[in-house]
Amino acid sequence: MRLPITAWSSITHRASGVFLFVGMAVLIWALDASLRSPESFASLQECLSSPLAKLVIWAILAGLIYHSVAGVKHLIMDCGIGETMEGGRLGAGLVFALSAVLIVLAGVWIW
Amino acid sequence: MVTAATSYGRSGVADWIAQRVSGIILLAYFLFIGYVLLSGVDYASWKALFAQTWVKIFSLMAVLSLAAHAWIGLWSVLTDYLTERMMGTTGNVLRLVLQVLIGITLFVYVVWTVQILWGY
Repeated sequence: MRLPITAWSSITHRASGVFLFVGMAVLIWALDASLRSPESFASLQECLSSPLAKLVIWAILAGLIYHSVAGVKHLIMDCGIGETMEGGRLGAGLVFALSAVLIVLAGVWIW
Repeated sequence: MVTAATSYGRSGVADWIAQRVSGIILLAYFLFIGYVLLSGVDYASWKALFAQTWVKIFSLMAVLSLAAHAWIGLWSVLTDYLTERMMGTTGNVLRLVLQVLIGITLFVYVVWTVQILWGY
């Protein structure tokens, strides 16, 4: 699909939101295991050390990072900043660039 | 179309504000949790953190914000794509069924979190 960058930025914000709605179940499950008992905390740590679990956590963090950065862009635009066509394109580009950097850093932190 | 009947605040402006307030609370909460995790935790310190009343209140605020934020966000997505205009009556039925399932899921998220915070 050939779409302007602003459209991609908007669709990704939506898709990451839908993904996070599901991903929250994993995060609440992890919070449950982390606080239930010392044993479940230890088994959660062991579970999260597997490559597949790390990938899942990274995916959720990536969704969280993109959705947050795009959300902050919305708040900035609500203040009347970057509401022109050019400002919208620049904003979308900055959201993708900043998210990419933060997602890579999150990956480095996990591995 | 019965889209307005299932919006969060029954008003676009109310939803607009609720989406921003809940978003800011969620961002603050995830930054807080991220900071704690980056500082390093073991079971004792993690448990002690969540034993504090203000952390319980902040966590409850976050999960309630999540419920409102997800409801408004998914309402926006569903009322754009699953509509009578897009797919006839099926659109309305499918959208409302999904909204019921989303509502139940968010209710479970809230009660589950309350149990984690005050039950252990």
